Amino acid sequence: MSDRVIMKGNEACAWGSIAGGCRHFFGYPITPQNQIPEFMALHLPEVGGTYLQAESEVAAINMCYGAAAAGARVMTTSSSPGIALMQEGLSYMVGAELPCVIVNVVRGGPGLGNIAPAQSDYFLTTRGCGHGDGSGLSFAPYSVQEMHDWTARAFEIAFRYRTPVTILADAILGQMREPCTLTPWTDPTPMECDWCVGGVRRDRPARVVNSLYIDPDDLEAKNLQIFERYREAAEHETLWEEYGADEPDLLLVAYGISARVCETAVDWAREAGVKARLLRAISLFPFPTDPLREWSERVRLMLVAEMSMGQFVQDVRLAVEGRCPVELVGRTGGNFLTPEEVLAKVRALV
Amino acid sequence: MATTRTEEIQVIYERPQSLYDVNMRFCPGCTHGTAHRLVGEVIDELGLGDRTVAIASVGCSVFAYEYFDLDAVQAAHGRSPAVATGIKRVRPDSIVFTYQGDGDLAAIGMGELIHAAGRSENITIIFINNGVFGMTQGQMAPTSLLGMKTTTTPLGRSAAVDGVPMQVCELLRTLPGVSYLARATMIDPKAMRHAKKCLRRAFQTQVEGRGFALVELVSTCPTWWQKSPLDAAEWLRENMLPAYPPGVFKDWGEGETDA
Repeated sequence: MSDRVIMKGNEACAWGSIAGGCRHFFGYPITPQNQIPEFMALHLPEVGGTYLQAESEVAAINMCYGAAAAGARVMTTSSSPGIALMQEGLSYMVGAELPCVIVNVVRGGPGLGNIAPAQSDYFLTTRGCGHGDGSGLSFAPYSVQEMHDWTARAFEIAFRYRTPVTILADAILGQMREPCTLTPWTDPTPMECDWCVGGVRRDRPARVVNSLYIDPDDLEAKNLQIFERYREAAEHETLWEEYGADEPDLLLVAYGISARVCETAVDWAREAGVKARLLRAISLFPFPTDPLREWSERVRLMLVAEMSMGQFVQDVRLAVEGRCPVELVGRTGGNFLTPEEVLAKVRALV
Repeated sequence: MATTRTEEIQVIYERPQSLYDVNMRFCPGCTHGTAHRLVGEVIDELGLGDRTVAIASVGCSVFAYEYFDLDAVQAAHGRSPAVATGIKRVRPDSIVFTYQGDGDLAAIGMGELIHAAGRSENITIIFINNGVFGMTQGQMAPTSLLGMKTTTTPLGRSAAVDGVPMQVCELLRTLPGVSYLARATMIDPKAMRHAKKCLRRAFQTQVEGRGFALVELVSTCPTWWQKSPLDAAEWLRENMLPAYPPGVFKDWGEGETDA
């Protein structure tokens, strides 16, 4: 039963997680992602899983930490202020090398902000996962289908690299409805796990899940080990997509919902006689540095489109290393970019 | 001529299997060592060692995984009840216990504690109450007594500034989800025997799937109480026990009892 349905992004994300083997969810209500925990509350018991509404995001992420330590495919979802609360728990997951899937449906900020869409948690995602070095891996869907697909894939990636994996979405992706092909739910294959606690201990030493390394040499070695896996992930999990003119004058660079807007802007630009191409980042960490570096030597300029005061643009500039100008078009506070705004900026620059 | 002993040597007292054969770091006169030992004995006697997960908290409890020969998870400060919830929901057949100090459990972790108790999570919590933050060198804790001089109450804890001490057992007894609730101490052999009975009952609560169990162990901290080990034990008897009276507050087998 492979269904093609019309679904909200949040629902598709939840469906995808169960398709990806998630059987444990600990979360807390926050707009604009409540459809996800509500879906999990309804359906996880049907597949023999556990849904628990925690008393706070702090509790939720720590429940996920425990569940991950016990070897479960576990997920939590939230939106910006709740993700901020989870930073401590995420740092512990990074340090203890635990797999977990986190979905951030970003809303306007900072502070209480509002419940409208934004992309102002890029730093929180790619520099975050709490204090200390290490940010986990992160991916940015740009459609309801990708909300489903990327969440489904994330569990295997989390276990392969023993890391938190963040799916970075926003209020539009969460709430919009689109056709989507759903993967059927099957009994998940147990993940390989020679480090997890619990179960019956037969003839093996005790296992410890821990992020405390009193000796600085030990902690440094642990950081190097974690970053070696990031290096490996950069080789295998870096993902981006390109759309538009083969010989562009200008490269649009965006992720998530802003990339959807830019696809329309590319089409309208072509009609207006401007050769534009979009590079859509799908993996945020690892960042698609190589293709940006190559394009920086072939285009006159790049235009980053994001719904923030300018976060993703900084990584683009780092990748480009000054080889071409990198401009920014953005809205924030819950306002979202329109193709008209992007096209106007493109025409002004070209 | 040497004689050969033919009768078997009967072992009547030995280190619990669930404790590693290592020296513990605790200060002279600290009752953490006793608490670890009592927990180890109970786990052995109930035959739980091969399916128990210990959660080490932050504080002097942080090295629990170096002392208990058990699967273990290091939790963030105060979060052990939430971590325990996650493990127990994934592995309901595992015996999951936390071991937390008063700063960990009653300060930063109060929210996670109350909600795990409220949900009647089938876990066991061991609460070491010595009225002070030990590992971080002697700051005030929610259970510090009025007038107690600590590094952050150098003039003595005052109710006007710092509020009055919190009695965790008296607070938790109002929650229907709490199935077993007891307070004990370990400063003499009689007290230790009572503490062990309470710990045994608390683990039995989980074995039988009866819900949330917590044992508060009123403990010494000679270093930060600035007392000798013997004086610390006396000070506990004269000051801590009146403020935190031992007793069984709730027992699923016998109904609620008065402390």
